[in-house]
Amino acid sequence: MSSTKTEDELRARVAALEQQLAAALGSAQPSTTAGLVKRTKIATMSSEVVDSNPYSRLMALKRMGIVDNYERIRDFTVAIVGVGGVGSVAAEMLTRCGIGKLLLFDYDKVELANMNRLFFRPDQSGFSKVQAAQETLQGINPDVTIETHNYNVTTVANFAHFVGRIKEGSLTGGPVDLVLSCVDNFEARMAINQACNEIGQTWFESGVSENAVSGHIQLLIPGETACFACAPPLVVASGIDEKTLKRDGVCAASLPTTMGIVAGFLIQNTLKYLLKFGTVSRYLGYNAMLDFFPSMEFRPNEQCTNFHCRRQQQLYQEKLALQPKADGAVAAVAEEAVVHEDDFGIELVSDSAEPAVAGHNANAGLVAGVHRAYDAPAPSHHADAAVTSEISEAASLDLEDLQKQFMAMNSK
Amino acid sequence: MVDDATKSTLAKIPLLKTRAGPRDGDAWILRLKEEYAALIKYVQNNKEADNDWFRLESNKDGTRWFGKCWFVHDLLKYEFDVEFDIPVTYPETAPELALPELDGKTAKMYREGKICLTDHFKPLWARNVPRFGIAHALALGLGPWLAVEIPDLVEKKLIVYNEPKASSSAASGSGQ
Repeated sequence: MSSTKTEDELRARVAALEQQLAAALGSAQPSTTAGLVKRTKIATMSSEVVDSNPYSRLMALKRMGIVDNYERIRDFTVAIVGVGGVGSVAAEMLTRCGIGKLLLFDYDKVELANMNRLFFRPDQSGFSKVQAAQETLQGINPDVTIETHNYNVTTVANFAHFVGRIKEGSLTGGPVDLVLSCVDNFEARMAINQACNEIGQTWFESGVSENAVSGHIQLLIPGETACFACAPPLVVASGIDEKTLKRDGVCAASLPTTMGIVAGFLIQNTLKYLLKFGTVSRYLGYNAMLDFFPSMEFRPNEQCTNFHCRRQQQLYQEKLALQPKADGAVAAVAEEAVVHEDDFGIELVSDSAEPAVAGHNANAGLVAGVHRAYDAPAPSHHADAAVTSEISEAASLDLEDLQKQFMAMNSK
Repeated sequence: MVDDATKSTLAKIPLLKTRAGPRDGDAWILRLKEEYAALIKYVQNNKEADNDWFRLESNKDGTRWFGKCWFVHDLLKYEFDVEFDIPVTYPETAPELALPELDGKTAKMYREGKICLTDHFKPLWARNVPRFGIAHALALGLGPWLAVEIPDLVEKKLIVYNEPKASSSAASGSGQ
């Protein structure tokens, strides 16, 4: 019958296709499931140059004399706050580099509106960014330990937990090696600044402007460099007249290019900081319109409004005072800070050239192409608005009475 | 720039004194008293000017605030839930005011319905720490935002007027 013949033909066709598929998949690896290669965990990093070793090209950095001991990357823990256009790419870079552990903080969800940026896929829409990121990253490199927190770090309810994880979130239960700020707003940056000032945690700030054509990274070592509250935020001039910049109807524009470039700078400097090679940039700006990259460094503001910044400055000065006597013995205590000075002599050259960030002379000492977002408040107590009344002595008032009085106004 | 009407509104709100955030214990209680005193004065001012436009209350610690705000456009009153947290870095950073039900309806909004403020808000706030409080954030941030965004959202038919449950008075039928 012709139907039987057709069936035989189909069976033969299926067998032939199966053979082709098997050939296409090559010498099917042991971890192959349904044709999808799944990377298994690797106990120790090998420098063996074979196609199946995901670390061979990284370990080659050692052979070429760029990095002394690349395997150390597995001991490090990095916390990334904000897993958006910059943070997600930064996380992927560290994951592919074989970082020991990542802590991811974000409270946003993946949306289709994010698809002009890298990393997230349309099918992840609706998932929390930290959960979606964890799945993708774990698939790329299962050797990395990933801890996620789906919350807003700026609120009272979450802040203490956030500080706790920075302090105790490393692979050994100690402080993380570096915090990366990849958030998109001033409030979250200030919360990270507060946390890091309180516990003396070194961190990198990063950002992309709302018009998507400039960005920056900045290293903050509490007490040693300016903190984020020492002066108004820096802006890399885009060369666009603010008055001609059309903002109607939108909050922010973004480009995968600018964000990818900033993430690249951020992780390049993270690797240099962790693995101790090259020079770690203290501040690096990026003007995409001119491909201009201003760089500089800032000393802390002695009158910083942040109490913990001033406290860290004092600690740092005390540490410096001890140093010349016995650099070998004290080095252990001062490890973080000493890395840069000893290796690169920044402290020597910067004393005179470095801009002192102070009070209201906002743009004093900044390199060309960078300015402050606004003037810092003058030391005096005059408000901008022509305010006539000040609050009377509130201390003598009763909070509950005030609350009752306010609530009573609601019904009138 | 900040318009003259907003400026004169701001000028009538008492300034605060205490530089303290919600993690500062007794100093925060003092700050909270100042916040309430300023809010009471601001609402009084609004009522006197026949421009009452929000109701607000806080949790016990004063760290989370919620209530209603409204805007009258073409004689119709549009009302929204408003909420915000007092951030740990307050008053260095202003509270992020949110209108959750408008989330996704306008581009001038960040995640969770947080309103996108003008370029002028943050510099003005920063220069007036710790003198500006919640009342100032409402007057300088939310008020002007509603004035610009609500007419636009109505025109685009992204929000529609809901008849009040009980009384339908002279306001109805005079739209457009």
